[in-house]
Amino acid sequence: MKIPRTPWLLVVAAGFWAVVQLLRLVGFNDYYLFIANLSLVYVILAVSLNLINGIIGQFSLGHMGFAAVGAYVSGSITTLIYKLSPNVAAHYPGFVLALVAGGVAAALVGVAIGFPTLRLKGDYLAIVTLGFGEIIRTIFNNIDAVGGPRGLLGIPKFSTFTVILAFALITVAVIRNIAESAHGRNMIAIRENELAADLVGIDTTGYKVKVFALGAFFAGVGGGLYAHLLQIAHPTQFGFIYSVQVLIMVYAGGVGSLTGSVLAAFALTILTQVLKSFLSWLKAATDLPIGGDWYMVVYALLLILIMLYRTEGLMGTREAKLMIIPEEDEK
Amino acid sequence: MKRTLSIVALALLVALALVSCAPKGPAEIVIGGVGPVSGEAATFGKSTQEGCELAVEEWNAKGGVLGQQIKLVYEDDKGDAAEGAAVWTKLIQQDKVVAIVGTVMSKVSLAGAPISEQYGVPMISPTSTNPSVTFADGKLREFVFRACFIDPFQGTVGAKFAYDDLGARKAAAIFDVGNDYTKGLSEFFRDTFIALGGEVVAFEAHATGATDFKAQLTKIVQAKPDVVYISDYYNDVALIAKQLRELGFTGPLVGGDGWDSPDLVKLGGEAVENGFFTNHYSKDDTRPEVQDFVRKYTAKFGAAPDALATLAYDAMNIMLDAISRAGSTEGVKIRDALKATDFAAVSGRTMFDEQHNPVKAAAIIEIKGGQQVYRTTVAP
Repeated sequence: MKIPRTPWLLVVAAGFWAVVQLLRLVGFNDYYLFIANLSLVYVILAVSLNLINGIIGQFSLGHMGFAAVGAYVSGSITTLIYKLSPNVAAHYPGFVLALVAGGVAAALVGVAIGFPTLRLKGDYLAIVTLGFGEIIRTIFNNIDAVGGPRGLLGIPKFSTFTVILAFALITVAVIRNIAESAHGRNMIAIRENELAADLVGIDTTGYKVKVFALGAFFAGVGGGLYAHLLQIAHPTQFGFIYSVQVLIMVYAGGVGSLTGSVLAAFALTILTQVLKSFLSWLKAATDLPIGGDWYMVVYALLLILIMLYRTEGLMGTREAKLMIIPEEDEK
Repeated sequence: MKRTLSIVALALLVALALVSCAPKGPAEIVIGGVGPVSGEAATFGKSTQEGCELAVEEWNAKGGVLGQQIKLVYEDDKGDAAEGAAVWTKLIQQDKVVAIVGTVMSKVSLAGAPISEQYGVPMISPTSTNPSVTFADGKLREFVFRACFIDPFQGTVGAKFAYDDLGARKAAAIFDVGNDYTKGLSEFFRDTFIALGGEVVAFEAHATGATDFKAQLTKIVQAKPDVVYISDYYNDVALIAKQLRELGFTGPLVGGDGWDSPDLVKLGGEAVENGFFTNHYSKDDTRPEVQDFVRKYTAKFGAAPDALATLAYDAMNIMLDAISRAGSTEGVKIRDALKATDFAAVSGRTMFDEQHNPVKAAAIIEIKGGQQVYRTTVAP
């Protein structure tokens, strides 16, 4: 019996929502909620990057550049309407539209970048996307209308848990359905052997541009949610190092596995926080010469271990199966 | 492998649960500290941490505040706005801090400030100069204060010093047109100098990254000013000073804290002599607060304090002083006490204006014999 998987995604998301709402009643404070929100934003960014890097196999290093476009466009729109009337509840439809507008703007930038560059492969594409990410960031750094180097300020805090979760669900559902469709097979064919894919008649450049645009769209939405969570869009928040952070999530989770990206986005975001608290506690308890600020060392060490012992990432290229069927034991 | 990983993850989670449920010790007042201990601004975060620690240690030695010992929880924000927001929420919700001293970078303080507002937990940023940290969109952030002067202030003080102490009546200014900081300084210098009764005979802009300033400087020299105000950073200042001296100008030069670098004298040599700049404080100031602080800090950390350590020390002291005057750890009461602050800090006697920026004196440093020498203190 074949059960379509989108409803299952919905069930998982609804379950997650319900669990968090229940936990809210028993000490799941705003700090935990913020971490959950941040994790979900990273889910959107990592899953959309996985479409580009994992499914169609084009190594992009400028993902946060697209997120920046989304953040600035949606942030500008909402700050404007917020100034006109600061009634938060009335603005949610506007907020959703602003996010979509940010995504569309990012997608347009994705197409504009995609056409001239997607004929490049591997390292070359990585360098070009890296450059484009930095260019986008620098442009925002120099536009006074959006705050220039001081950042776009006064963005209302519209990114609530429910909104972010809804967008994360949509992102995963859309990208998963595409990946499992005939188009997805074509994309995987391009990833595995571009020349062969070309020879069997797959429009490789067309696919690459479309995927770039789609990945950029969701990155833009993610960036918009990010800005409305932090209430600030700042050029340095979208630098190269942040693109790498999302890339690490994709690779730690498994390139090509959307489940892996989702899990890694949660695991790595939570891990930073847990390590900090744990090391601070360890120092207080044992007098070891490692304080809370050593968490980045341990974090990096764990990443190295994952890459050494599970080169393909936590999930490899597999996806989570229905939860009721036990997963095959790996050998 | 997967099983091992899950065990490790589980162990970490249990540890976290234990940490957060750890029984509370004897009554103590928890204060949060935030700074970028890792990342590109790591030295700033470290200095800030040391300043906070020293202040808390001194208060605890004197018996704490409100009869309770003070516990400092210092968190790393990585110089990242997202981490900053996480840290702010954690300090307030998890560690139950009554107040926060932090942080260094403006963009991170801007992510923290709305959270402080939301929960009514007062904060003082020691070194974030962006005016929006305390006052955004025409609205005051009630619980947010800062311990450093913002950029326009230095121009005002520079003009006062030039007019009163140097006795200048005709001034000229040169600045980098592509930089908010230098432009702002020069404009405030000009406005104040004119308001005092002086005359600004030349007001010249140069492009960012320029190395030849002869065109602007010739104009300036021809206007025969008594003093030239140079608001640039030290590397540009050195170049401008050299070319200005070549053109025959011998009068005093005045500038802002962008001058504060040992490289200024190395690059500028003779040309920057008879130069003066405004700074947060001078460690050669003879006030007992300054000498006390420099001695204690050097003894504890083995190096002289920089501006960040000093401002963090001041911010922490101002906060603890406010808590002690408030007689309570309630956010609203601490806030009201902060508004009424009148504290003899290392960087000068501090009060807050209606936008929660400090009103305090600036130190004037003179370049003399290749050394930075403390000259005087100027109140706005």
